[in-house]
This record gives sequence, C-alpha cells and structure tokens, in this order.
Amino acid sequence: MYKLLLSWRYLRTRYIALASIISVTLGVATLIVVNSVMAGFTKEMHNRLHSILSDIVLESHSLDGFADPQWHMEQIRQVCGDDIAGMTPVIHVPALLRIPFRGDFHTRQINLIGVDKTTYAEVSDFSQYLLHPENQSRVSFLLRESGYAPGRKDFPPSGWEHRRMQAMYEKALEEQRHEIAAAAKSDASLATNNRPPADPYAAGVPKDPYSGSGESELAGTIFDPATEQNTGVILGIATCSIRGRDADGEVRDFYLCRPGDDVQVYFPNAGSSPKPVSCSLTVVDLYESKMSEYDASFAFMPIEKLQELRGMFDPLTNTTYVTSIQMKLKPGADLNAVRDKLRAAFPADQYPYRIETWRDLQGPLLAAVQMETTILNILLFLIIAVAGFGILATFFMIVVEKTRDIGILKALGAPSRGVMSIFLSYGVSLGAVGSGVGLVLGLLFVTNINDIAGWLEWITGHEVFDPTVYYFQEIPTSIQPTMVVGVMVGSVLVAVLASVLPALRAARLHPVAALRYE
Amino acid sequence: MDNFYGLATRTSAAKQSAAGPHVTFPENAPAPSRAAKQEVLLAAHGVEKSYRKGKHVVPVLLGVDFEIADGEFVAIVGQSGSGKSTLLHLLGTLDAPDSGEIHFEGGRIDNLPTSSRDLLRNQYFGMIFQFYHLLPELSALENVLIPNMIADGTFRYWRNRRQYRERAEHLLELVGLSHRLKHKPRELSGGEMQRAAIARALIAEPQVLLADEPTGNLDSKTGEEIMEILRTLNADQNLTIVMVTHDAAIASQADRIVRLAEGRVQAA
Ligand SMILES: Nc1ncnc2c1ncn2[C@@H]1O[C@H](COP(=O)(O)OP(=O)(O)OP(=O)(O)O)[C@@H](O)[C@H]1O
Ligand SMILES: [Mg+2]
Repeated sequence: MYKLLLSWRYLRTRYIALASIISVTLGVATLIVVNSVMAGFTKEMHNRLHSILSDIVLESHSLDGFADPQWHMEQIRQVCGDDIAGMTPVIHVPALLRIPFRGDFHTRQINLIGVDKTTYAEVSDFSQYLLHPENQSRVSFLLRESGYAPGRKDFPPSGWEHRRMQAMYEKALEEQRHEIAAAAKSDASLATNNRPPADPYAAGVPKDPYSGSGESELAGTIFDPATEQNTGVILGIATCSIRGRDADGEVRDFYLCRPGDDVQVYFPNAGSSPKPVSCSLTVVDLYESKMSEYDASFAFMPIEKLQELRGMFDPLTNTTYVTSIQMKLKPGADLNAVRDKLRAAFPADQYPYRIETWRDLQGPLLAAVQMETTILNILLFLIIAVAGFGILATFFMIVVEKTRDIGILKALGAPSRGVMSIFLSYGVSLGAVGSGVGLVLGLLFVTNINDIAGWLEWITGHEVFDPTVYYFQEIPTSIQPTMVVGVMVGSVLVAVLASVLPALRAARLHPVAALRYE
Repeated sequence: MDNFYGLATRTSAAKQSAAGPHVTFPENAPAPSRAAKQEVLLAAHGVEKSYRKGKHVVPVLLGVDFEIADGEFVAIVGQSGSGKSTLLHLLGTLDAPDSGEIHFEGGRIDNLPTSSRDLLRNQYFGMIFQFYHLLPELSALENVLIPNMIADGTFRYWRNRRQYRERAEHLLELVGLSHRLKHKPRELSGGEMQRAAIARALIAEPQVLLADEPTGNLDSKTGEEIMEILRTLNADQNLTIVMVTHDAAIASQADRIVRLAEGRVQAA
C-alpha cells in the first residue's frame, strides 16, 4: 500500500520527472503517427496493387506468347480448379502512344494490354478504375455518348458529344484551308478570311449535324470520325494528362486527349523478326487506379484486335496466342500454395513460364516500404531509448534526494523489495503516463492528420502533402491495434528498465547510512 | 505468550493474522508479558562496533553490556561521538554489531534473517529520531499510518483502513495533534512533527520505544511537552522506553541513566 501511495505522491509532486518523460511522450506519439501513416500507405498500396494485378499470373518469357490459352486454362483448372475464381488471357506488349495535340504528337511509352473485356474485369478490379459509370459496371470498348467522370468539375466534355464537335471543327478547319488555298490561288485578299473557325463550343452543343443527312451514306466507304470510331482503347489517365497547378495554386489536370479522341499506337508484331505495327485507336475511357506507376503506363485494348494486329492468331489452325494468363483465387485460398502447385504443373524445363503471385511481382516495392518502416521504427525507438537514459538520470537524482526517506521506511520495517517496488512502480507509472499522453497525442494527430496538413499548409504556404506527387488526395492512415500495443509496451518497458538500476540502489541502501544522511 | 519468537516461527500467513490484534488496541489493558515487571526485555551483551574509514578503523563501542527491564524508562547519555546513536541502532536491529549479542525477550535478535528483523522493527519496536524523519510527501495522518501499510498487503490494508484510521486519529489526539491531521510535515512546527513521529512509533503497538534525542532539536518548553508524553506512555501503558539524550535535565526524568563513555557503559 505504501508503495502505491508513495509512488503516486512522487508522481504528483515531482514535475521534473514528468519533464524527463516528455521525450517518451513525443517518441510514442511520433511512432504511432509514423507507423499509422506508413501502414496506411502500405495498405492502400496493397489494395491497389492487388486489385490491379489479380492474384496469380502465369506469364510467358517471350513477347510472342504461348499458343492455346484455352488448353492452359483447362490444365490450370485441373490442377487447382477448386481455388480458382476466375481466369483471363492477357497480352502485354511494350508500345508507343502518340497523342495528336495542336498539330503536334506527344509520344509516350506505354504498356499495351490486350484484355478480354468480360473475363478481365472478373479477375481484377480494373473496371472500378474507369471513369464512365457504365463502364465500371460493364466494360465496353465502344465510345459512350457522354457522362464521363460525373462529379469531376474540371473534366472536359467527352464521348460522342466531343467527337462530333471535334469532327465538325476539323471539317470546318479543312474547308477554311481549302478556301484560303483557293483564295490564294485566285489572288483574292487574304485579310478578311484569315481567321480560324469559331470555337464550336461557344455556341453550345449542336445537334448531330449528320443525323438524317445524306452524308451518312458515305459511312462505310470513307472513315467518318463523326459517326465512326476506331477500335477502342482505355488509357491510363497519366499517359494522357498532365497534373499541375494553375495560377491560383489549385491542382488541375490538363488532358492531352480525352474519350472521343483518336490516338496512334505502335508496337512490335510477333514473329522471328518483329516489325513495328501501327494503328489508330479511339480513346473510349480513362483508367485511374491512383497508382501513378500504372496510371502512367497502362493502356487497354480488346485482345482479339491486338492478336490480329500482332499476328498472334493462326487462321489455319484457329489457334490464338497470349502472353499471360491472370487468375483470381477464391477468398481464403492460399496464394503461395496455389502458385507452387502451378509451378509443379508447368515445370520450368518444359514450359518457359513465370508463375508468380501479385506479392512476388511487387516484392521489391513492398519490401522497400517494409524496410523503410522498420528503419523508421528503429530510429524512433532510439528516441525512446534516449528518453530512458533521461529517466535513469532523473531517477538516480530522486533516489539520492529520497535517501533519508528510504532509511525511514526501512527503519519502520519496510523490506528492501518493498522499497525497490516503490521506485519500480514509480517508473511504470511515469512510463504509463508518458506513453499514455503520447498515445492520445499520436491518435489525435493521426485522425486529424489531413486537417493538420492543411493547417500547416496555410501557415507555411508550403504544400505538406502534394497530391501531384503521390496521386493520393489525402494522407492515408491506418491505426493498427497491435502496433499501438507494441509501442506502448515497448515504451513502458524502457521506463521500467531505466528505473531498475535506481530502484536497486534504493533497495541496497543501508538504513543507518540513509538515516544519517543529511 | 505474545512472544516475537513464537510469531517468527509461524508461517507468514500466521504472521499476517498475528498483526490483526493490533487493530483493536487494548487501551488500558497491559499486554500479558508486561504484567511480569522487572523481566529483562532488551539486552546488549558485549556489543562491539567499529566503523571502517578507508585504512582507519574507528572503534565506537568496545563491549557494551546492559539490560533494560520491561516497562523501564532508560536514558542513555554520553558525549557527542560516544556512540549513543550507534548503540540505539544496534538495539533496534538497524545495524549489526561486529561482535556481541542483542537479546529481545530472552532471544538473540542481531543474527536474525532480514525479513524477521523487518517484522521486528515494524511490529515490536517504535522509533523516534532527532530530526523527526517524517515522509515529506505524506500528511501527518498518512505518516502515522505508514507502519500499518508496511505490515499489510494492499488488499488487507484496504479492508482494515477504517479501523487503522480511527486508531491513528486517536493516537494523534493522544499526542495533541488532532487539529493537524491533513498537514504536510513542512507545514508543521518541530514539536508538532515530533508528536506525529511519536504517534507513528506507537501505531503498531510496539513493546519498546527507541528514541534518539527526541528533544534535541526543540526548545526547552516544547521538549518538556514531548517528555510529558513519553513519561505518560511509560507510566500509563507501561511502555518500555530507551532514550538517547545530551540533556542532563531531560535524562533525569528517566527511571535510570546509562552513561556511555570510551565505548563502554560507565557506572552511573
Ligand atoms: N558510517 C560511519 N563511518 C565512519 N564513522 C562513523 C559512521 N557513523 C558514525 N561514525 C562515528 O562513530 C562515532 C559514534 O557516532 P554516533 O552517531 O553513534 O555518536 P553519538 O553519540 O550519537 O553522537 P551525537 O551525540 O552527536 O549524536 C562517531 O565518532 C562517528 O564519527
Ligand atoms: Mg547521535
């Protein structure tokens, strides 16, 4: 009882000791904040990576792919059909994207992916990242009339609406060019006619100029961009947009092209001596997974068209070729076990395939984040360890100061163990108070981190969390109970360890020496 | 019957329950062992003690022999540095003699294990010091209750806290400090602190009161009041008191004076 009473009184009367645990408080708070943010990033990244990548990929080493995906899927089903929820054949090919913009071509290096629109959406959350709400529920490579990215203020008008407008504008421009050319030929004055055509958007959206007109009869003979589209392509949003700030400092996306525009794509065809193949595609939607790596490199098109263009279809035997098969497992299936079964079923000496889980594929990235978290934890825990030495010094001072009281307690029959536990429980309660306050501070900080970031931004005028860099609108956080408990236990343990030596010293004090101490 | 050795040989659980009777302090009924007056309660036999200071050995006690009867009020006098405090600490088992023996109720106590000596100090000896030695963080009342808290575990203390508190308040009233229960030591005068210290020494209902210059830091009037309390305790409750003092006038109020000089007890 006296132990509790005294350690409680020491706690309440000795503010110097409280000062010595401020560093514990700060250490705990920072540990919680850092871990929560890192866990938030990791979790968000896991979620995104996972939903983008599907669970397991069977991939050919060659760009030419392997024949007969149906047979492979049949084999896979035989090996571990119970665990498979869905499969889809996929073609990956590096490609160049050329976006016509103001008479120029913007060239981007992309990863062109041929997908089967029905099954691909089943194995990954691909469709969820599309901008058009109807495409989110059912992917289509046909251009939609309008209604892209509802709720997004600065998204330009897209779809057929835009395509018709664009076609009209081009047509008007073409006509004017003809006129100018004709006028120049006929030596007429240029000045009156030398202006670009009026911006069609200024007059509002016109009716379809071609509907019901005789010109539509031309369709089918000459490609008419106002009524026809090329094969559809879904571009990663960052391949065709530039994120930056306007004059007011607002983050804004500027689109080089949008659904309804035509783009060109170049890629090698399959075969022993690959040659570049080019084709015109119509952007039918944009893909925004918010993983900048993917948003800046992915482009999706129908797999049949890609097979045709790359010569991955043998019309004689009717066999198709693909470069990989993506699989989704049923919930609860063991990722690594299925992978190992597949590896056994497709041994490397017979089948030149790479069979990997999404974790394997993103291993280096996930490991880097993990390593970063570990190092930060070590560094921050060192802060708490330093705080431990502060507590040690303060405790020694307190024990020296309390020498006489220790003598009194012993003279009154308190055993050494009792005296020791006064200082140990003092240390525990100091540690508990310090880390408790740190816990509250840390949790408050984490839950309000975006407000705090906004507030800091407002004070300093600097962007704390730059969405142009991270593709996250907000700082993601995730508070893990085990982490919180671990941090608390660790810091209390440091406080206890730091008080063990002074407590031992107090317990060893000779009562007479302590009583004589003045 | 109420013998320390009897207690010490019991199990620790029995020790705990042995502390129980203290809760109800038999105010005027003397303890059974005190009934036999003139029985030797505390004795030193050939006690030697020297302090080692580096190479120097400072001999303090060179064979002290004396006995204190049950219910006796003994004053130990002697020059400063003659070893009075040292002797008192040895009698109270705070320190161990180099050679010789300390006996309490007929049994040797200086070689007992630490836990038994802790129990002895807690339950059978009351101690008072020149500088009062109250715990500065605790109120007068809490200071008085400390021996009870040491004796009992938290739960046991909590169960008995009302009786303990009542008894502590009663003792503080006895020493004339009932109006200062909640005061911290720094808010008390020297005399008041010494009263609180006496109440603390009495709370466990000790057999012997060991007082090291209880009036040494007080003016003569306050000192006289403290002596009044001690004399009353000795007379009314038959409490054995061993008191160290410088002051001849104070010493003369005791039943017997033991003079310490050159490390030995001198004939008074
Ligand atoms: N820890 C120690 N180390 C060395 N010498 C000590 C120690 N404690 C006490 N002494 C010496 O022992 C002698 C006796 O000390 P003690 O305190 O018993 O004297 P005292 O009679 O109580 O004196 P006073 O009347 O001044 O209180 C002194 O000479 C003192 O210097
Ligand atoms: Mg002395």
